[in-house]
Amino acid sequence: MDFVRWFHLLASPPHFYRFARRISPWLATLSLVLIVAGTYGGLVLAPPDYVQGDGFRIIYVHVPSAYIGMLAYTVMAGAAAIGFVWRIKLAHAVAVSVAPVGASFTFLALVTGAIWGKPMWGTYWQWGDARLVFELLLLFLFLGYLVLRASFDDRDKADRVSAILAAVGAINVPIIHYSVEWWSTLHQGPTIARLDSPSITPDMLVPLLIMIVGFTVYFAWLVIVRLQGEVLERERSARWVQQLAAGGAE
Amino acid sequence: MDAFVLVLRRDLKIAFRRWAELATPLLFFVIVASLLPLAMSPEESQLRGAGTGFLWVAALLSSLLALDGLFSNDAQDGTLEQLALSPAPLSVIVLAKTLAHWLVSGVPLIVLAPPLALSFYLPAEALPTLVGALLLATPTLSVLAALGAALTVSLRGGGAIIGLLVLPLTAPVLIFGARATDLAVHGEPTLGPLYLLAALAVLAISLGPLACAAALRVGLE
Amino acid sequence: MTQDPSTGLIVSSLEVWRGERRLFGDLSFELHSGQVALITGPNGAGKTTLLRMLAGLSVPFGGDVTWDGTPVQRLAAEPRAAIAYQGHLDGLAKNLTVAENLAFYRALWAGEGAVEPLLDELGLTEFADREVRYLSAGQCRRAGLGCLRLRRASLWLLDEPLTNLDAAGVDVVTGWLQEHTANGGAAVVATHQADRLDGAVAVAVEVEL
Repeated sequence: MDFVRWFHLLASPPHFYRFARRISPWLATLSLVLIVAGTYGGLVLAPPDYVQGDGFRIIYVHVPSAYIGMLAYTVMAGAAAIGFVWRIKLAHAVAVSVAPVGASFTFLALVTGAIWGKPMWGTYWQWGDARLVFELLLLFLFLGYLVLRASFDDRDKADRVSAILAAVGAINVPIIHYSVEWWSTLHQGPTIARLDSPSITPDMLVPLLIMIVGFTVYFAWLVIVRLQGEVLERERSARWVQQLAAGGAE
Repeated sequence: MDAFVLVLRRDLKIAFRRWAELATPLLFFVIVASLLPLAMSPEESQLRGAGTGFLWVAALLSSLLALDGLFSNDAQDGTLEQLALSPAPLSVIVLAKTLAHWLVSGVPLIVLAPPLALSFYLPAEALPTLVGALLLATPTLSVLAALGAALTVSLRGGGAIIGLLVLPLTAPVLIFGARATDLAVHGEPTLGPLYLLAALAVLAISLGPLACAAALRVGLE
Repeated sequence: MTQDPSTGLIVSSLEVWRGERRLFGDLSFELHSGQVALITGPNGAGKTTLLRMLAGLSVPFGGDVTWDGTPVQRLAAEPRAAIAYQGHLDGLAKNLTVAENLAFYRALWAGEGAVEPLLDELGLTEFADREVRYLSAGQCRRAGLGCLRLRRASLWLLDEPLTNLDAAGVDVVTGWLQEHTANGGAAVVATHQADRLDGAVAVAVEVEL
């Protein structure tokens, strides 16, 4: 089928809903397989790090979470922008669904970062670590988006106003990232070490890549599940939803 | 450009008649900056170390406060919808309003900062950089605060969340501005962070009003 | 008289929702120069919402509104200036004087006419230099509507223009409407006080929500 036509079809809520339901179990299975494989690879197969011993293994959760947090914000801002410019309701639904998931992954990155930091720095938090500080600011951006959305009674206004905030945030994210990195390098002492594995060998890297892909698929699954609920809620007075609720079969 | 000057003069006129609204952010700046030392020891080296940070955080918060009613006053009396319907681009009107408010709140803040800096034992040699950095930073802060005001214009009591929305976005300004001041305090060259501040200001002034105008139109729907 | 069908205000199949409720659907009418449309209906029926859509402030759920062939949201600066919208709010800055407010709007819309004679007509000469916050609601309404006289707008969109006006004020406003339509202007008036306008203005289109 023509890709453009398929894309347009997908933007229609009932078609999207059916597509989401079909694809959902596949995403769940795939993510489960990848994450289990990656975890096994990371916890068992990868050798202990020369400097950090087994403590570095938290990167198998920390790095994918941080990456997903960034990906989520990009997807959220992009979807919101598409919804704003072309007035596609489903795009707004995507943004709404992504936001809490992105915030959660960012929070997870912060927590795992703190867990990683404890054996390295002796404390759970280190302001000098650029990545953690950036993740914190990213979390604030997510929370700001969610709070702004929640402040509006009119869903349309909520969608469109928060789309502007998301777009401005997206432009700002690279700037914030750069400035925080720049700031942390200024105050680097010998005692502050970056959250990094000094050297990464292939048997450490491969599970990490698997985990990143697995997390991405997991993220996609979570978003699709939330999206289904969001679409149903937004379209609840439409005929196809009533039929679905009454009939049950699809 | 006629509309720009028209709106600028109008907003300046109104601002001077609402002198309480004028004075509040400035008093806020002075009060916050004055309270911070009470939270730590008055020892010279301590204050000098923390003074830069105090000044910049206080300036940040005060800028946010100053632009609180930027659009909500006009929204309440119906001027905003007239401005949105006028032939002049709304972003130009927004820029004029933001400039008016910066002139009225940002510039006095820049004037008040040096005495406060001296009270924190910052060396007099650092003052020109402080003033320069604030001159470059406050426009960006004003634009960001205006954006916060525009996003919340249709919310009752929307002002409360402006800080939440805008403060994370001001982190780069805070970082570069405080860094420039710190370098000046230690007698080192400050051109790097100042250039970065200037770049941010250019970006903010060119894109900010467009985002504000979009947000205002949604608020008026 | 044959009208060029593409000129004027054309509303087609307008569908408007407020939240979960559909206010009205499939509303269509046409308004050409010299005509007045009257929008009536109880409170909450959507008169204000409709007027804001005609002005281009809101976007309808379905259907469209065109002015001289162009959709109202995408009007260029000049045709946009031909539409004057006066909503519930007067649009007067509380801390400026009446004269300053009127002068501002006249300059904003590159209008014509002098402010002082207008103030005379409005009966506000002695209040010219008082800040708007000292005026009564009726005086504010008169001053707000007075902006219409300083502009060269061909379409007037008036939402409850007679609110707070005394009999003299109503006379002044209806006089303006008559003069406006006589000069080829069109107007859409939303009001639930249609009886006060009764007979004063010839109504070409009546829309009841």
